[in-house]
Amino acid sequence: MSHKPVNELDPAMAGDEKSLPQTEPLLFELSQPGNSAINLPDLDVPPVDPRRVLPAELVADEAPDLPELGELTVVRHYTRLAGKIFSVDGNFYPLGSCTMKYNPKVSEKLAALDGLAHVHPHQHERDIQGLLKMLYDLRTWLQEISGLAEVSLQPAAGAHGELTSLMAISAYHADRGEDRTRVLVPDTAHGTNPATCSLCSRFVITVDSRPDGRVDLDDLRKKVDNNTAAMMITNPSTVGLFEGQIREIAEILHEAGAMLYMDGANMNAIAGITRPGDFGVDIMHFNTHKTFATPHGCGGPGAGPIAAAAHLAPYLPVPQVVRRDDGTYGWDFDRPKSVGKVRSFYGQVGILVRAYCYIASLGHEGLRDMAETAVLSANYLAARIKGKYRLPFEGPYAHEFIMVPDFRDQGVTELDIAKRLLDFGIHPPTMSWPVPHCLMIEPTETESLYTLDRFADVLIKIADEAANSPDVLHYAPHKMPVARLDEVSAARRPEVCWRPGQATAVEQGQQKSPSEKEAAER
Amino acid sequence: MKFTQLTQEDVKHMLGTIGADSVETLLEPVPKDLRRTEPLEIPSPLSEIELVRQVKALAEQNVSVERQVCFAGGGAYDHFIPAVVDALASDPAFVTAYTPYQAEASQGALQALYEYQTLMCELTGMDVSNASMYELASTVAEAALMARSVTGKGRIVVSRLIHPDCLQVLRTYLKNQPIEIAVAGLSAGQTDLDDLKRLITGDTAAVIVQSPNYLGSVEHLDKIADIAHGHEALFVVATDPISCGLLKRPGEFGADIVAAEGQPLGIPLSLGGPYLGILTCRQDLMRKIPGRLVGQTKDRLGRRGYCLTLQTREQHIRRERATSNICTNQGVLAIRAAIYLATVGKNGLRKVASQCLDKAHYAASRIASLDGYQLRFDAPFFKEFVVRSSKPLDRVFAACREAGFLVGPDLGGFSPDLADCFLVAVTEKRSKDEIDRLVEALEAA
Repeated sequence: MSHKPVNELDPAMAGDEKSLPQTEPLLFELSQPGNSAINLPDLDVPPVDPRRVLPAELVADEAPDLPELGELTVVRHYTRLAGKIFSVDGNFYPLGSCTMKYNPKVSEKLAALDGLAHVHPHQHERDIQGLLKMLYDLRTWLQEISGLAEVSLQPAAGAHGELTSLMAISAYHADRGEDRTRVLVPDTAHGTNPATCSLCSRFVITVDSRPDGRVDLDDLRKKVDNNTAAMMITNPSTVGLFEGQIREIAEILHEAGAMLYMDGANMNAIAGITRPGDFGVDIMHFNTHKTFATPHGCGGPGAGPIAAAAHLAPYLPVPQVVRRDDGTYGWDFDRPKSVGKVRSFYGQVGILVRAYCYIASLGHEGLRDMAETAVLSANYLAARIKGKYRLPFEGPYAHEFIMVPDFRDQGVTELDIAKRLLDFGIHPPTMSWPVPHCLMIEPTETESLYTLDRFADVLIKIADEAANSPDVLHYAPHKMPVARLDEVSAARRPEVCWRPGQATAVEQGQQKSPSEKEAAER
Repeated sequence: MKFTQLTQEDVKHMLGTIGADSVETLLEPVPKDLRRTEPLEIPSPLSEIELVRQVKALAEQNVSVERQVCFAGGGAYDHFIPAVVDALASDPAFVTAYTPYQAEASQGALQALYEYQTLMCELTGMDVSNASMYELASTVAEAALMARSVTGKGRIVVSRLIHPDCLQVLRTYLKNQPIEIAVAGLSAGQTDLDDLKRLITGDTAAVIVQSPNYLGSVEHLDKIADIAHGHEALFVVATDPISCGLLKRPGEFGADIVAAEGQPLGIPLSLGGPYLGILTCRQDLMRKIPGRLVGQTKDRLGRRGYCLTLQTREQHIRRERATSNICTNQGVLAIRAAIYLATVGKNGLRKVASQCLDKAHYAASRIASLDGYQLRFDAPFFKEFVVRSSKPLDRVFAACREAGFLVGPDLGGFSPDLADCFLVAVTEKRSKDEIDRLVEALEAA
């Protein structure tokens, strides 16, 4: 049986593509020399000759060759690009481990207020008391949610929070005259965990998981020693299971003088239900863009506050937002044991403000409702698709679960399933990690039952397609602006910067790719 | 206020499908004694009306650049942000999507980031840009790690006149690495080239300078490049992207890696963040650059498309052997910077940069003509300069504040030698009238 992919069955479209491209041109291709969409007042001070006030050899004859566009052209270009992106506002986005929940409009609106968005970082403390109070309250709330002694709002992202945490742990050991070089990481850990270890010059030791997805305590006992700085663990784990042995894990580590670091990527499942500080965690990070609904922004900016137990608190980065005895708020730079500064100025303030709005909206009741509803939604989806897909781990699940499409006899992979979901307007789950060939599904708490049911129905339909008409899947997606992309040759012959005169992929058509020599000449 | 939307009916139905009695049953993997029965000590929920009232009241307590005319600099600048930039960068599709892993459903984001990369290459005069980093200081630290990885050498020579946050963050990042940091001092507001020559050795991985530097002065990048390359060290330049509209770009002086703070490109001041770390490099260093990279490719039908590429450098594939642990970029802010540059264009950027130069020089000459004030250095400057005051700085700053102006920062924290000095930055947004009134306020202080 051979199904031609839908978009190859449309000769009109394929033909037009060469003469009248459907694809949005690049900014540079739209450029009309002489245009500009910025309108500055006429210069009202005496002009200076740049070559007189600056060393002439440092002055450029003209500005860099940026595209020159009228305002409507800029507007259309970006509006058209925005139309070619799946987003939480437009699509169900069950991307496991990323917590793609709804980002409240009110938080966006408030974060854009002049008094929050347009404040200079060198503004005097006296004139930023409102912002400092928000940051201080957020710090206090995160301490309460984590059950840990002190929170730092400095790190710029989750991975940056991890790095800062590991630096704090290293500083703690160094302070005690120890140079512990090993860090234990479960085999299911996020890739950032081992990468962070390398940045801190620590060696990664992998700890096995048991078939049920939990940490193998025997293996842990074997691997922990007095050269172990810490274990980095995600709880609930990346396979969507709460690690019920977490206190034993903490005890094993603490007996050896090692610290327990928790990757807080999955806090959405437990906020308000249980607290890391209560189950033995020494330090952890939050991802505000996961748990506290700050937007993901095509990849950022995020924020990665970290929470530390009392014994690690002195090592947190500077500055710390504090409330002074007179009731005013300020920055404290005087922390002699601190790891130092990890970022310019004071952290991702504009993002932290949105996290403040979210927690203030939800309050204590709302946070627990958030976590419970996330857990309920994940378990419901698992129950709906059970039987059509293999669920390698036993529930109940936390806020996400792993499923494995078993259609390899039909030549259908998890990638085919993922790409087919796009045709139904659904963003695919996380693929092929942390279990080979899996999909990791995280619906989040903000979806309606209608959306959850539609997703389950679509997955069931795709399972039937996989059994009966697998080519529909092989050639998916059929309804996107582009068909499956050639990522292999993109990596083999990377074109990461457009150059004038560069032949577009369209013009090249199916012709031979340019030789290395031509590439070098460009 | 809550953002869940399941009704009690829905919950009942869902529990029935799962075969669970209650949501509590689903929480059983959490040991019972770890499950909280008490609510967290966090305030009660707020309705939208209450939240807006509370946050607006807090926002009122901060003095924004809308309420006070901003002549402050020191790494963050009050440049003009055209309305079109705010409007387009706030599109919910750019705001609420994630990293474009699924290329077919993310062509808009990927193309916007590919264009960003190209714009940054053009702006800095380099071959390759990643899809952005957090902000300048951590970007400089990543550049140092990159230089170490490329050269295998163990020493970084850095100018004392890079932004002090960059130096601090560099120290934090390199604390656990076998890399030694040597700091070259200053001479008359610029990096002391003799000191630089003394400190550089054959084991130097990189020379890092900033131009315009923290004190606003333009550095002799041509001479510093020769010193760095003479010792086979990489030349790492931190810069202000607006200055690239007027000054020769770092790439034209032989920079190997360029780091820049993207905040001036349409990004709100936001009390210091989130900002945008721009990182560009030479072609042959491409495989060592940290962070996301977008590449152009073709789809199955030969149509142009874009995807993330060279992912084998990254943490989610390479794990402990990755070039960095960085996972996110500053996506929507990178897109914002690209929208800004698309809006101003080639001649617009020249105009913005020229007005900064003109207005800064007008302000400097007016301030220097006042009794009690002088320019601290003779070095050439772009949009920011150091003023020395014979009046106590507390009094000067208070008088400026009273008259509705923000200047600074003061430089006592940077160097005790400069305890009687402060920075003044002048962007294209300032008018002659505002400058004249600032001069009056300084005079009256």
